[in-house]
Amino acid sequence: MTLNVISRKIRWFTLLVVMSFLAACGGAAQPTAAPAAEVADGDTIKVGILHSLSGTMSISEVSVRDATLLAIEEINAAGGILGKKLVPVVEDGASDWPTFAEKAGKLLKEDKVAVIFGCWTSASRKAVLPVVEQNNGLLFYPVQYEGLEQSPNIFYTGAEPTQQIIPGVEYLLSQKKTNIYLLGSDYVFPRTANTIIKAQLAAKGATLAGEEYLPLGGTEFSTIISKIQAAKPDAIFSTLNGDSNVAFFKQFKDAGFTPETLPVLSVSVAEEEVRGIGADNIAGHLVAWNYYQTTDTPENKTFVAAYKKAYGEDRVTDDPIEAGYFGVYLWKAMVEKAGKVDVDAVRAAAKSNEISFNAPEGLVKVDGESQHTWKTVRIGKVRADGLIDEVFSSKEPVKPDPFLKGYEWAKDLAAAMGKK
Amino acid sequence: MGGWLLQAFNGLSLGSILLMISLGLAFSFGLMKVINMAHGEFIMLGAYVTYVFQNNFATMLGGLDLGLWFLISIPVAFIVTGLLGILLEISLIRFLYGRPLDTLLATWGVGLVLQQATRSIFGAPNVQVVSPAWLSGGFMILDITLPYKRLFIIAVVLVAIAVIYIHLNYTASGRRLRAVMQNREMASCLGVASRQVDATTFGLGAGLAGVAGCVLTLIGPIGPSIGTHYIVDAFMVVVLGGTGGLVGTVLAAFLIGIANTSLEFATTATLAKVLVFGLIIAFLQWRPSGLVVQTAR
Repeated sequence: MTLNVISRKIRWFTLLVVMSFLAACGGAAQPTAAPAAEVADGDTIKVGILHSLSGTMSISEVSVRDATLLAIEEINAAGGILGKKLVPVVEDGASDWPTFAEKAGKLLKEDKVAVIFGCWTSASRKAVLPVVEQNNGLLFYPVQYEGLEQSPNIFYTGAEPTQQIIPGVEYLLSQKKTNIYLLGSDYVFPRTANTIIKAQLAAKGATLAGEEYLPLGGTEFSTIISKIQAAKPDAIFSTLNGDSNVAFFKQFKDAGFTPETLPVLSVSVAEEEVRGIGADNIAGHLVAWNYYQTTDTPENKTFVAAYKKAYGEDRVTDDPIEAGYFGVYLWKAMVEKAGKVDVDAVRAAAKSNEISFNAPEGLVKVDGESQHTWKTVRIGKVRADGLIDEVFSSKEPVKPDPFLKGYEWAKDLAAAMGKK
Repeated sequence: MGGWLLQAFNGLSLGSILLMISLGLAFSFGLMKVINMAHGEFIMLGAYVTYVFQNNFATMLGGLDLGLWFLISIPVAFIVTGLLGILLEISLIRFLYGRPLDTLLATWGVGLVLQQATRSIFGAPNVQVVSPAWLSGGFMILDITLPYKRLFIIAVVLVAIAVIYIHLNYTASGRRLRAVMQNREMASCLGVASRQVDATTFGLGAGLAGVAGCVLTLIGPIGPSIGTHYIVDAFMVVVLGGTGGLVGTVLAAFLIGIANTSLEFATTATLAKVLVFGLIIAFLQWRPSGLVVQTAR
């Protein structure tokens, strides 16, 4: 009898062990590189990659990791940096912000990487920020975000509001869409973005038709769609993120709306997300980014071909993927100018304002003062095949202005939010 | 007038969706007392079965738009996830009866494994299931549109309830199921193979989750972690309904659906969710065993 109980317990325990082992295997994904060599000892330089490879954010971040690895491979194939090969150390942030901070610490202190490429959500970036500042590390952040931030230890290769959100609203206003409905997920990026947009609408004499937030991951839009119907806006500006976009566009279409009657401009829907939403559900709606797979530059043709060759014909490229890719090249340019991988030297090299790269989106240039990137603004329209056509472009790269200093109407706003 | 009608319909629709995602849990948690944290992952698997079925059989069955493949994928999702449920019961759950906390931990682990397995096989990004052409658009009444997809989900739920009701009350296996759940020892004494009944009951719960996953592809996302969006709502419904039977679950689903949409219309989505949670907690303070309690004789 007792024996039976014990054997049952053992069986149960074994199962648990097997299960946790399986979960660990699935989560860890990439083996970390051998823990030899210092930062730039001998013939190699260690670089960290920190993205969510499991959990809800892996939907987006896995592809960015792939692009970063592609850039590293290309650089290695071309002889590396300063004659040294790059060795990537990949860590999984697991869509969990404390894990991001912990893994960033591990990369900097144990692996002693020269730089980290990573993060997606603002929450994960804000978790990593104190870690890179305390250890004087370096983070290249590849995603558009809400602005109003500047750390000496972070380079921002995605857009800040003046390179995406503000021109997006201006585009809607230029199309005579002056009664705007704001729809977002309920967290820091959409709330901050909408605060900026509301100030902008007020300054331009446009009206706010309504403002709604859905909890992150929410999939039930029937009531919000009723409210939109009642408010009768000219256009919707959407800062919805993740899975909610799929549910929204499916339900929005079923409620009888078309892009002609009520266009939606999204700032977190790119080619990768369109695949999950279903192109027929979102075709004709607008998006605002700095890069599309269709962007017509010779560099982009090479990039798209290389990405598809490495990861499969059915894969698509989009803005954060591209930013994750060229970030590595910008860092390479800084290191080569500095002559070493030392963080202070790299930052000093960036201060020269001479760091630039012919990225797939066109020329990108690092602004030494804000450590953000000059980027071309592009408004796009989703096609029936899921790719995105450019309908408006700023032609020239726009100077980054993360604290909105160049906008009279944003003066009080930036001051108020900067304090928080 | 139209607005009110639309809100009433939204409430019914949300209620039907909540009922769809919690029906399976009413079996595994409500009847069997297994705190099945992998329930959301069975919903996710149902959605992926639909996706795989679409990719492989849609052209054979008259093309995507005809939608015959979609109707067939509903029973297919039921069978595939049901069999997986039976497999899980035989290999793991049956060792844990009577230890609810252990079932919670174990099934949570199973859920993580299923999520990561899906991610490894199908990739992390969302996938797309194309809805049949005849389900796009809506039924115009007064000045409002009732989307066909939501009407379809309501219809599927009604059919599911009817089938379950008939199964439980008018078939031999359904009666055996009720006998085992009400008094296991007595049922065993009378010759009911209770272990077999356990496996099929758990399988039935998993299969219903699969059906939910299948029909929810019409209006929701399909990705490896969608189960986590549904699991809390499902437990909320079953706990509020009381663990006695299906009547409580049905009542609870429509109550929460209507309360949630009306509160959301009056306030905001986030606040409505908070208020609904608050109301449920208050109600459970007053009646801890839920809306409908089965009295034991």
